[in-house]
Amino acid sequence: MVPLSYYLILSGILFACGVLGFLIKRNIITIFMSIELMLNGVNLSFVAFAAHWHALSGQVFVFFVMVVAAAETAVGLAIIIAVYRTRETLNVDQVNLLKL
Amino acid sequence: MTPSLHLWLIPILPIIGAAINGFVGRRLTREASASVALLFCGSAFAAALVIAARFSTLSLPHVEYLAHWIRAGSFQADFAFYLDQLSLVMLLVVTGVGFLIHIYAVGYMWDDPGFYRFFCYLNLFMFFMLTLVLASNYLLMFIGWEGVGLASYLLIGFWFTKDSAASAGKKAFIVNRIGDFGFLIALFLMIKHFGSLNFADVFPSVSGMGVESAGAGLLTSIGLLLMVGAAGKSAQLPLYVWLPDAMEGPTPVSALIHAATMVTAGVYMVSRSHVIFERAPMALMVVAVIGTLTALFAATIGIAQTDIKKVLAYSTVSQLGYMFMACGVAAFSAAIFHLMTHAFFKGLLFLGAGSVIHALGGEQDMRRMGGLRREIPWTFWTMTFATIAIAGIPPFAGFFSKDEILWRASRVSLVYWGLGVFTAFLTSFYMFRLWFLTFFGDYRGTNTSAEHGAAQDAHGHEDHGHAVHESPKIMLVPLMILAVLSLVGGWVGVPASLGGGDHFDKFLAPVFHSTNPTAEAQGGAPEASTEVPETGASRNQELIFTGISVSAAGLGLLLAWLLYYRRPDLPQEIARGLGRLYGAVANKYYVDELYAALFVTPLVDGSTRILWHGVDQNVIDASVNDAADGARHVSDTVRHMQSGNIRSYAGWVAVGAAVNIAYMVWMGVR
Repeated sequence: MVPLSYYLILSGILFACGVLGFLIKRNIITIFMSIELMLNGVNLSFVAFAAHWHALSGQVFVFFVMVVAAAETAVGLAIIIAVYRTRETLNVDQVNLLKL
Repeated sequence: MTPSLHLWLIPILPIIGAAINGFVGRRLTREASASVALLFCGSAFAAALVIAARFSTLSLPHVEYLAHWIRAGSFQADFAFYLDQLSLVMLLVVTGVGFLIHIYAVGYMWDDPGFYRFFCYLNLFMFFMLTLVLASNYLLMFIGWEGVGLASYLLIGFWFTKDSAASAGKKAFIVNRIGDFGFLIALFLMIKHFGSLNFADVFPSVSGMGVESAGAGLLTSIGLLLMVGAAGKSAQLPLYVWLPDAMEGPTPVSALIHAATMVTAGVYMVSRSHVIFERAPMALMVVAVIGTLTALFAATIGIAQTDIKKVLAYSTVSQLGYMFMACGVAAFSAAIFHLMTHAFFKGLLFLGAGSVIHALGGEQDMRRMGGLRREIPWTFWTMTFATIAIAGIPPFAGFFSKDEILWRASRVSLVYWGLGVFTAFLTSFYMFRLWFLTFFGDYRGTNTSAEHGAAQDAHGHEDHGHAVHESPKIMLVPLMILAVLSLVGGWVGVPASLGGGDHFDKFLAPVFHSTNPTAEAQGGAPEASTEVPETGASRNQELIFTGISVSAAGLGLLLAWLLYYRRPDLPQEIARGLGRLYGAVANKYYVDELYAALFVTPLVDGSTRILWHGVDQNVIDASVNDAADGARHVSDTVRHMQSGNIRSYAGWVAVGAAVNIAYMVWMGVR
């Protein structure tokens, strides 16, 4: 039996990787993937707790997160494609037309 | 029950005229402007005449309610008008003399670019003055009181591009404020103690009170405070300083506002409040002393003035002093009598002076006049009438009214009488000095046509390029009417000792004698002397006193003749002989300088240093500026956080979350 703390440490590492990627990368797709990574890190801790406590609600919550993430991915990728078509770049620092 | 007299029409008519000239006057021709002003002012006069004609059928006092104004608890003040013998006299004087001066002004102001504006102000003045005279409570009277002050301010500063005129207007307004302060406090006292400002409520309550013989009481305080107000408006010591400066205004204004009507408002107010004053002997005495001193003081200044309008201004102050002397000895009807005759002859003197100034193209200095009687005969003759009238030579108007005052004053104290007679001598002297300097001797001015550019009385005279010229008919007709009034105006009040009926006094008797406490208490005090049959001795005494005052006037005439006609070189030698005394008189006793040093300079300095530089700049401005500076500094620092860079925002969120977690963990560990 793998102890709960292992799952949680892994989940924390995944989440930290996501945050780090989000902060330092400039490519929109990489940032997008970092967000997914954070979500999945959180998902991992949900299922770990669910298994540990034998409670179903954590697993149900993971499904919700997955659904939302899927929807987000669909919308986000659409936006990214639209941005790329008009700006011909994926660098977020160059998508700054609305800034003063 | 008297049927409605439509008293409201009288004040309303002039303000309609003022509104028309004020709003659309710019687009009207001069003829239209003048007709509007004359029409509305004239109809007010006509309305007053109609009331005077129906007078004997009225039950007086007649109060006419127009509209609600202030109703707060038990206190109420309405737009209501009050007509009795006193207000009727004032009404006729104000509308009658006012109308004549309106006519004159059409001629005098014809070439002025602000023609319509002038008549707008003039009609506005009539409105406020009539409100003051007709008000049925002190509050409405105060509205009129302030309103005439406003009109006076506007008209003194009529040529506002001239610095001296603008500051003279301000001076008049500010000095009047000091007086109004006293008036207001008196009103507050009345509200506190009588709960009302209506004449019909206050006077009966006062009648129930006894005479305050031992020092100061409520009525004495009210009386003294009212006198402060009257001293401001009627230019008495120590607040007279604004009136001579007010001569910066156009001459018809000096005649109407600063001689005939507005400045007599104080006399009217004191007479109206006679019920209060009669029960406050100390206040009465103060009124008498102020009046007597003012009469003497201003007359001495008048002797040494060289500006024709300034002489008349000081003369006005002096004559107002006579009126207050009369009020102070409880001879209110004599005061009103003198008010009326003074309105005639002083209005005439100013209009005549205006005509002289007009003739000379703006020259006001008597030293550059002389010998004008042949060039402007009509002005000369009408001015002569007025001069004789003011000097108090029978049978002209001024003689009867002044003599009445002096006689009544002598009944109270011979000191008042003595100073009054001496003032009469001075009056006669300075008036005939003016008369001789202006109309006799040789012409001392330079070519007048050359002076048009530098005309002090700055209305255009371009069309009259030639030298001295008589004024147009429209200016002369009012002069003539007023000259006739200056002659016959006094005949309504010929005293019994001279075989007259003393009609004026009897006419006003219902107003002034109905509530006289001393008459009830002592049955024959000085105030009631007219009701007591005069004994032969008293009549002889009155005749002797009259003889003395007439000879004082004659002496003044003689002296003026000697100094300014017979030996024109003498005055300069006398002035040199008197040295500093003459200098003090010629400089108006340095009163303006004294006030400047005592009040104006400390106030201006204090305001500049403490209030402006100290409080305003260092506290109020500084705190606002510092708050703004602080906000800017803070935002300068903080605005760097809002870079628009999504990753830095995310970083802040991450840092915040990390801090939160660290905090919770640390708390959990403890």
